[in-house]
Amino acid sequence: MSETALASQGGRADNPASPASPPTPRTASQRSQWRRVAIALGFLAPALVFLGAFVVYPIVYTLIRSLFDRSGAGFVGFDNYARMFTNDSTFTAIRNNVIWVIVAPAVCTILGLIFAVLADKVRWATAFKLIVFMPMAISMLAAGVIFRSLFQENPELGAVNAAIVAVENAFTGGAANYEGANARPDTGLVEQGGSIASEAPVSLGDTQDFALVGIRSANLPDDVEQAVEADAPGSDGIAGTVFLDVVSGGGGENGVIETGKSGLPGMTVHAVDASGNVAGSAQTDAAGRYLIDALPDGEYVVALPATNFVAGGQGVSWLSSAFITSVVILSYVWIWAGFAMIMIASGLSAIDRSLQEAARTDGASEWKVFTKITAPLLAPVLVVVLVTLIINVLKIFDLVYVIPPGASKPAANVIAVEMWTVSFGGGNDQGLGSALAILLLVLVLPAMIINVRRLRQEKQS
Amino acid sequence: MSTADLRAGQRPRTVGQKIVSFLGRGVVQLVLIVIALFWLVPSIGLFLSSLRSASDSGSSGWWTVLTAPAQLTLDNYANLLTNPTILSSIGNTVLITVPTTILVVVIGSLAGHALAWVQFPGRDWVFIGTVVLLAVPLQVALIPLAQLFGALGIFGSVIGVILYHVAFGLPFAIFLMRNFFSQVPAELLEAARLDGASEFRIFRQVVLPLGLPAIASLAIFQFLWTWNDLLIALIFTNSQSQPLTVAIQSQLRQFGANIDVLSAGAFLSMIVPLIVFFAFQRYFVQALLAGSNR
Repeated sequence: MSETALASQGGRADNPASPASPPTPRTASQRSQWRRVAIALGFLAPALVFLGAFVVYPIVYTLIRSLFDRSGAGFVGFDNYARMFTNDSTFTAIRNNVIWVIVAPAVCTILGLIFAVLADKVRWATAFKLIVFMPMAISMLAAGVIFRSLFQENPELGAVNAAIVAVENAFTGGAANYEGANARPDTGLVEQGGSIASEAPVSLGDTQDFALVGIRSANLPDDVEQAVEADAPGSDGIAGTVFLDVVSGGGGENGVIETGKSGLPGMTVHAVDASGNVAGSAQTDAAGRYLIDALPDGEYVVALPATNFVAGGQGVSWLSSAFITSVVILSYVWIWAGFAMIMIASGLSAIDRSLQEAARTDGASEWKVFTKITAPLLAPVLVVVLVTLIINVLKIFDLVYVIPPGASKPAANVIAVEMWTVSFGGGNDQGLGSALAILLLVLVLPAMIINVRRLRQEKQS
Repeated sequence: MSTADLRAGQRPRTVGQKIVSFLGRGVVQLVLIVIALFWLVPSIGLFLSSLRSASDSGSSGWWTVLTAPAQLTLDNYANLLTNPTILSSIGNTVLITVPTTILVVVIGSLAGHALAWVQFPGRDWVFIGTVVLLAVPLQVALIPLAQLFGALGIFGSVIGVILYHVAFGLPFAIFLMRNFFSQVPAELLEAARLDGASEFRIFRQVVLPLGLPAIASLAIFQFLWTWNDLLIALIFTNSQSQPLTVAIQSQLRQFGANIDVLSAGAFLSMIVPLIVFFAFQRYFVQALLAGSNR
C-alpha cells in the first residue's frame, strides 16, 4: 500500500500537493479525488481480483455454458432449460425445492419466534439458547449422519422408531405378536387368510385347544408359563388353551398339553357364529388359557385372528421415499431454528419494553400484547430471518446428499444435488448442470433485490 | 370481557391468580426443558454411538448404553486415529481451513476499510455489488472453476479449494467488516489524518485494533464455514487432498455396516467446531447478527 499517499479528508483547496507530482491543469480537489480512488483501489484490489475471477467471471461463463450441449461443442439455445422441466428427476428436484422453500424457512422462523419469546421468561435463557443454537456450529454432514441414524427403520436401532414402538406397546398393553406361527397339522385346526381356526364348529360348554408351532423363542413374551389345561366352561361359554406345541429339548406328543410346553399369553381368541360375526372374544392368560362366556345359544368356530400373527411394532419407514423429504427438512430445522431464535431474540431485546408494560397495565391480554405490539415491532427482523433462510434453503446440498439411502435418493432430490449429479456425479452433462446453476441464481434474485432495497432504505433513514 | 373487568382483576392478585401464574411459569419451564432435550438428544446419541463397538451398534440402539455402560469403548476412535486416510484428511482440513480464514480476514478487512472510510466515487455501487454477491449460490461457479483450475493444474489440490472458499467468503467478509468498521469513531481517524498518517497506517493502527472483536467474529464464522464444507471439497479434492468431511461421506454407502466409523468420524469432525463455538459463541452470534443473508 502506498505509504507516500498522504491522505487528507475532503478536497480542500489549501491541501498541499505531493512534491513528487508535477504541476497539472487539474484542480487540487480533482487531484485529491484521484488519489483517493488510487488508495481505495489499493485496498480493494485483492478483493476485486478474487470476486472478479472466481465469482463474476464464472457467473457469466455458466450463463453462456448453459446454452451449449453436454460437451460444450454445440449451441442448443434454451434446450437445457426446456429439458429441466421435462426430465423427471430434474423436475422432482425443482418440485422438492419449492416444498423446501415454502416449509423450512417458515417452520424455522415460527419455532425461533416461539423459542425466543418463551426463553425470555425463564432464568436459564442463556443455557437454553446455547443448546438450541449449538447445531449451527457442526457440519451438515455430521447432522446428516445423526439424523440418518435416528430415523433408521429397525426400532432396535433407530431412536425415533424405538420411541414410537414403545408408545404403541404402552397403548396396546404390549399385545403379543406371534409372527410366523402355524397350526400343528392334524390337531383339528385350519389356517385361513392368516388366521387359525377350529376345523369344526364348537358347542357351548366344550373346549377347543390350539396347538401352534413355528414361533421363535425370541418372539415369546418374557412372562410365559407352562401351558395348563383350561377348566371346563359353563353352559354359555367356550374355553381352551393356546400353547406352543413344542417341548424344548425335544420329545413330547403332538397336540397334547404336557410338561415343557409353553402357554401363549396375550393371544386374542374370537368366537365366530354361523353368519361370520364375532360373537365374543377373550385374551389368553400367562398359561395360555382363555374363556369366552355369555355367548348366545349356538355353535361357534373358535379362531385366532390374523392380528395375532403380524409382526407388531415395526416402526415407520422414515427413510423411504414417502417420508424422506420431511425427515431431511426436520434435520434442517434442527440446525437453523437456533439461528432464527438468536436473531429474533436480539430483535426482542431491542424493543422498548415500556410499550408492552403500558399495554399490560391497560389490561391487554398477553396474546394481544404479542399480536398488536411485539409482532409488528419484530416484523423487520422476521423479514431478515426469512430472506436469509430462503437464500440458504434454495442451495441446500449436504443434508440431501447425506441422509437419504440410495433407494430414496430420487424422491429427496433438490436442485443443488441434481446439479452436482448431472455435472460431476456421473451425469457429465455440464450444459444441463449450468442451466440448473443459473436456475438457482434466478431463484435467489428476488431475495437479492429485497436485500438491496433494504440497504437503500437504511441509508436514507 | 371488557378491558375494565381485566383491569379490575389485575390489581389485587388473589391466591388463585398467583397459583395460575406460578403454574403458567412452570408449564413454560417444562416446555423449554422438553425442547432442550429434543435438541440435545441427537448429538448425545451420536456421541454414545461413537463409543460403541460395531457389533453392538448393529444389534441394538445407542440408548442401551444407559443400562449397560460396559459397552463403552474408545476402540472406534483408536481405529480412526491410526487410519492413515483419516489422519491425512484431518491434516487437509486444517490445511484448507487456516489459510482460507486468514486470507478472508485480511482481504475482507482491507476492502471493508476502503468501503467504510475512503471517500471515492462509486463507493456505494461497490458496496451494493457486494450485497448482491452475498446471495450468489456457490453452485454457480462449480463448472467454470473446475475447468479453470484444471487448466491451471490446481484441480484436486487444496489450493483450488482455498481459492474457492476465499472468493465466496469475501462478500460476507466485506459486508461485515464495512459495517463493523464504520462504527469506529470518526474523530480518531480525523486525528490520525491530521497527523499525516497514510491510509494504510490509519487502517493498521486505528481501525484494526478497534475492530478486533469484529475480526474475531469474521474469523470464527469463516473457520466454521470452511471446516464444515462438503460440496466444494467433494468436487475439487482427490483422495490425497480430501478433508475430513469428504473422507467420512465416502463411508455413507454402507451406512449400517459403517456406523462405527461414521459416528466416530462425524463426532471427530464436530469436536473442533464445538470447542470454537463454546469458547467464542459471543463473537459467532455477533457475526450472525451483523450480517445475515449469507
